[in-house]
Amino acid sequence: MALTRDDVLHIARLARIALDEDEVERFRAQLSGILDHFEALAAVETEGIEPTAHPLPLANVMRDDEVQPSLPRDEALANAPLTEDGYLRVRAVLE
Amino acid sequence: MSDLWKLTAHEAHEGLRRREFTSVELTESVLERVAEVEPTINAYITLTAELALEQAREADAKFAAGTATPLTGIPVGVKDLIVTRGVRTTAGSKMLENFIPPFDSHVYENLRRAGAVMIGKCNMDEFAMGSSTEHSAYGPTRNPWNPDLVPGGSSGGSAAAVAAGECLVSLGSDTGGSIRQPAALCGQVGLDPTYGRVSRYGIIAFGSSLDQVGPIGRDVEDVATMLDCIGGHDPRDSTTNPEPMPDLRHYLGRDIRGMRVGVPKEYFISGMEPGVAARIEEALAVLASLGAIVDRDVSLPSTEHALAVYYIIAPSEASANLARYDGVKYGFSDRAAPSLWENIEQTRARGFGNEVKRRIMLGTYALSAGYYDAYYLKAQKVRTVISREFAEAFSRYDVLVTPTSPTVAFPLGAKVDDPFAMYLNDIYTLPASVAGLPAVSVPCGFSDGLPVGMQIIGNFFDEGRILQVAHAYEQASGFRNLLAPLSAR
Repeated sequence: MALTRDDVLHIARLARIALDEDEVERFRAQLSGILDHFEALAAVETEGIEPTAHPLPLANVMRDDEVQPSLPRDEALANAPLTEDGYLRVRAVLE
Repeated sequence: MSDLWKLTAHEAHEGLRRREFTSVELTESVLERVAEVEPTINAYITLTAELALEQAREADAKFAAGTATPLTGIPVGVKDLIVTRGVRTTAGSKMLENFIPPFDSHVYENLRRAGAVMIGKCNMDEFAMGSSTEHSAYGPTRNPWNPDLVPGGSSGGSAAAVAAGECLVSLGSDTGGSIRQPAALCGQVGLDPTYGRVSRYGIIAFGSSLDQVGPIGRDVEDVATMLDCIGGHDPRDSTTNPEPMPDLRHYLGRDIRGMRVGVPKEYFISGMEPGVAARIEEALAVLASLGAIVDRDVSLPSTEHALAVYYIIAPSEASANLARYDGVKYGFSDRAAPSLWENIEQTRARGFGNEVKRRIMLGTYALSAGYYDAYYLKAQKVRTVISREFAEAFSRYDVLVTPTSPTVAFPLGAKVDDPFAMYLNDIYTLPASVAGLPAVSVPCGFSDGLPVGMQIIGNFFDEGRILQVAHAYEQASGFRNLLAPLSAR
C-alpha cells in the first residue's frame, strides 16, 4: 500500500500533529512499508466471523450511581499549562 | 556496602521477619547499589530515595507491630506509566515531563497498603510503544548483562532494575510483550496476567483492550507474590474479573506429572536464533523429565497473523487514547501560534517522539473513512480466529510452551531506524496478548552469555497453572535469581 504525500498530510491533520517536510517523506515511506506487511490479512477467511473488540465476554458492566467527592479544583488544575480564575485557558475556539 | 540487594523478595521477607536486618538497612543497600550502577544502566526516570526511606521506616514499624505482609519493606521499581500521587509520572514522554498525578493507580495503592518501598519510577519506551526502551525521552536503558545491548521493552527499566539489583521486584505493563520480552532479555521472570486480572485504574492508557500491569522478579515465587498483591476486582475498572483470585502461592511446589504441555510448531520459525532454539529444546526435555506430557504436534495456523492484527488494533486504540494530549489540561504545551488548532498541532509535534507519532498516524489511518473495514474491522475478525485457535488448543493442553523472543538482546541502535524490524521482536508474545491470555517468561539458560526466555501461556485466569509449571521448571533447572555480573564503571 503506497501512501502519497497527500495521504500523509491528511492523516496528520486528522491526528492533529504538525509535520515538517522531512517527516512527511519519512512517515510516507515507513507507513507504506508497514501497511505492505498487513496485506496478508486480506487472505484470511473471515466470512461470518464476529469481530472481537475485547477479549472477555463482558457487556454493560453496571455499578451503583453513587455521589462521591471529586478532585478539588485546585488539584485538578495543578498540572494545567495555563489557567485563569480557576478555569483552563485556551485560545478562542470560534473566531 | 551490604549485599542485601542481592536477595529475592521472599528471602528478604524471611530476613525481615527474623529481625536479621531492617527494611531501612535493606533499602539503603539497594539505594547504594543504585548509586553505583545507575549511571551505566539508566533504569529509572525518577528516583524516590527519600520516599523510599520513609516507607522503609513505616515498614519496620509494621514488623514491630506484627502487621507485616510478604511485600512489607520490600524495595520495588514501578514503571513510569503507573500513576503515583505526588510523584512525577512521565510515561517516558516529554509530553508528561512535569506531570505530578493527583491520585494513585489501583496497583500502587495496593503496593502501598502492603507496605512496599518504592525506589523509583522505571524507564520505558514512550507511552510503552517499543521493544528496546530506546524510544524513551529520558535516554535508553542498557542491559545489565552487557551495557552495549538493549534490555528489551517497553518495560526495559523495570526488567533491568531487577537484573542489576536496583530493586528486588518491579511492576511493568504488557500490551504486546512489554513485560515478557524485557524479562527474557534481562534473565528475569515476567508475568503478563490475563486481561481483566489487574485493574487498569491509573495506568496511562496505550491499547485499552490489550494493556495489563504485571510483575517482574528474580524468581517465580516473587512474581506470584506480586500478582497476589495487585490482582483482583476493582470497581473502577469495569473489565476486571469480579471472581476472587485464587491463592497463587498454593500452586508453587506442586509437581507437574501428567500436565499436558503443547508446543505449537508455528513458533519455531527460520528467524529464531539457534542458541534460542537449543535452550528451548533443553527446557522441554526438563519438563518431560518432570513427568509433563510434551506434545510437539500442535498447530495454531493463524499465529503468523497476530503481528498484523496487533499492529493495527494497538495503534488504533492508541490514536484515540493519546488524543487527550492537547496541551490544555496537563502536560507539555506550545502556545506560540495564534490559533487553538495550531497550538494543539505544535504541542503534539514537539511533545511526542517519532515512534509515538508513527503509531498514532498508523492507527488514525486504520480507523479513517474508507479504510476502517479493510484494516481495523478485518483485524478484529482475525483476532477472533486467533482466539478460537487458542480455545481449541486449551481443550487439549493445560499450557502452551514457546520461546519468548526469537533473539537474545541486540545492540543499541540496531533496529531503531527500522520500525518493522523492531515490531518483529514481539512475534512470539503478540498472539497471547491479542487473545487476552496470561503468559509468563522464565529464564531457561544462556546463548553467547546472554539470557534466553521460555514463554508459558495459560488459559483465561489460569495464572496458577502457568506459575506451577514455571516454578517446577525453575526448581529443576536452577535458573533463578540471575543477577547480572555488572560492576561499576
